[in-house]
Amino acid sequence: MATTDINAGGLRQDERMERLKLFGLASPALLLVLVILVIPVGWLFYVSFVGADGSFSLENYERMIERKSYARIFQTTFEVSILTTGLCILIGYPLAYFMSQLPQRLANLCLLAVLLPFWTSLLVRTYAWLVLLQKQGLVNNWAISLGLWDEPLKMVHNLNGTLIGMVHIMLPFLILPTYGAMKAIDRDYLKAASNLGASPRRAFWTVFFPLSTPGLFAGSLMVFVLCLGFFVTPAILGGGRVILVSMKIVSNIELFVNWGAASALGVVLLAMTIVVLWVASRFLNLDQMTGGGH
Amino acid sequence: MSDTNKDALPITVRNVTKTYGNVYALDDVSLDVKSGEFLTLLGPSGSGKTTLLMVLAGFTRPDCGSLKFGDEEMIRKPPHLRDVGMVFQNYALFPHMTVEGNVGYPLRLRGVSKQDVATRVERALDTVQLGGYGGRRITELSGGQKQRVALARSIVFEPRILLMDEPLSALDKKLRDRMQIELRHLHEQLGMTTVYVTHDQREALTMSDRVAVVNHGRIMQLAGPQELYDRPENKFVADFIGDSNFLSVTREGGTLTAGGVKLRTSCNVPEGDSLALMLRPERIHLLEDAADDETNVFDATVTEVVYQGESFLLYAKLSDGSEVAVRGAIRADTFAGLPRAGAPVRLGLAAADTVLIADREG
Repeated sequence: MATTDINAGGLRQDERMERLKLFGLASPALLLVLVILVIPVGWLFYVSFVGADGSFSLENYERMIERKSYARIFQTTFEVSILTTGLCILIGYPLAYFMSQLPQRLANLCLLAVLLPFWTSLLVRTYAWLVLLQKQGLVNNWAISLGLWDEPLKMVHNLNGTLIGMVHIMLPFLILPTYGAMKAIDRDYLKAASNLGASPRRAFWTVFFPLSTPGLFAGSLMVFVLCLGFFVTPAILGGGRVILVSMKIVSNIELFVNWGAASALGVVLLAMTIVVLWVASRFLNLDQMTGGGH
Repeated sequence: MSDTNKDALPITVRNVTKTYGNVYALDDVSLDVKSGEFLTLLGPSGSGKTTLLMVLAGFTRPDCGSLKFGDEEMIRKPPHLRDVGMVFQNYALFPHMTVEGNVGYPLRLRGVSKQDVATRVERALDTVQLGGYGGRRITELSGGQKQRVALARSIVFEPRILLMDEPLSALDKKLRDRMQIELRHLHEQLGMTTVYVTHDQREALTMSDRVAVVNHGRIMQLAGPQELYDRPENKFVADFIGDSNFLSVTREGGTLTAGGVKLRTSCNVPEGDSLALMLRPERIHLLEDAADDETNVFDATVTEVVYQGESFLLYAKLSDGSEVAVRGAIRADTFAGLPRAGAPVRLGLAAADTVLIADREG
């Protein structure tokens, strides 16, 4: 007994000091989260329960239930998010697959092409679409002069424009995790499938596709959640005809200066997002979402 | 040999060449693998052994050449129509399927009924001593178990040819030694024509009916294990298989001299002036008494003695300056009785153990 605890006290103290130092390193980030996330969200939560007369009330939430327009706004938000996510999958998955099969140098070039718009200002890209898609815009003029269609198509200030813009902005969020998951698939799996008698098509659907789904799900979830709260692009390209929750929040503040109503919307949107993530996490291994599954 | 043996197919490789840029991965290779034979492709990394296996499996398209399984030309057939089993180096077990899913995969592709899949999977798992493991996830298996599952998956659809690409290289030594014997038994039991790739010469000697030693995209020698070890045809094979010492041989008329000694030999002497004598360290004896007529005797000086557990390694310098290694078993206190560095020794090599080979590279 006497010899077993030599230096035990000192070693324990060293251990404690090390942990304290690690915590010290993390404290700026923790402080930041507290100041810009926890406090504002708490305040938002609080404000949403304050009525017009300044006392505690549920009127902000009651209004959401009573007025049909709110239900429609939430419905539109989900529809647009689902459509955008679906289109991103249709466009992004084949592109990610194509990139994953290229030699590394060409793949990097493609990746750069995917990322380049990502690094350009969101506002610039959105206005660029406005210019391209409007009635006398580049796309309509060219299409008419080439004889593809006769009358200018309405591609902006409506759902079409909203979707085109949002899909464009969101695509990298889908492609990157999907591409990552595809690159992590060992080529020997496909060789093995082929050796065991699977045609290239069967090998793709029975081996490659299932192994790429964690990345696809992660990307889809990210796109969907981002779409739920998206403001700039749908506001500009929707032209006021496609009203999402985020836009209603802005109008509540800017037009009606009703912070309580805006906060209540924000709280409901946050709650819905959390529910979506929670449901998704029931079906997905969150480990795999970050690429740790392999 | 078992009854299933008659289902095995011979493999005929003719004039297969594969180049990458101006590097020959396979240089006009021809090879016959007999029906039901266990043949090993042995060579250093980059020798072309794996390329040859990939040509057999259909994953590498050669520049030219012919490949037949039985009488059927296969060289242009895509891999999924070749019907050969293959065990990959990293096993390539599908991580999103269970053991049952993996082993049953080739059967489901072939439209085997659900019930038959179940019985055949269980039988294959029994064969590799993993009965009852069907429900396990791949990630739950140890390296040795993964190896067995990969093997079960490659034999479950009863291919007539089985290819193995360094299947044991990821296992630790003890498990590897056991699996070598097991694979050997399994081959005897199933009797399918097997082509096995390894860079481990001991593995090749242990398991194979015949071994093809490959280097620079060519087959350097194709022979049974014992012939390969005792009668290497060229310096590469002599050097690659086992430990070996080389002494240069001078030839004057009918007289051969090596290490300052007139050589007695019972082996065939190759043509040409440039010859080398190969001596296996464990075939050299430390002589205490006078030697008989059939023994070559070299006088030497010990330079170093190394203890290696089951054996010792003694380095000695011959009178002409060349150095040889001698290996001997250690029993009781024989190690203490060995000569020390600087002491003179007499090394004996039986005439039957001399191997003369043409001394040129390649």
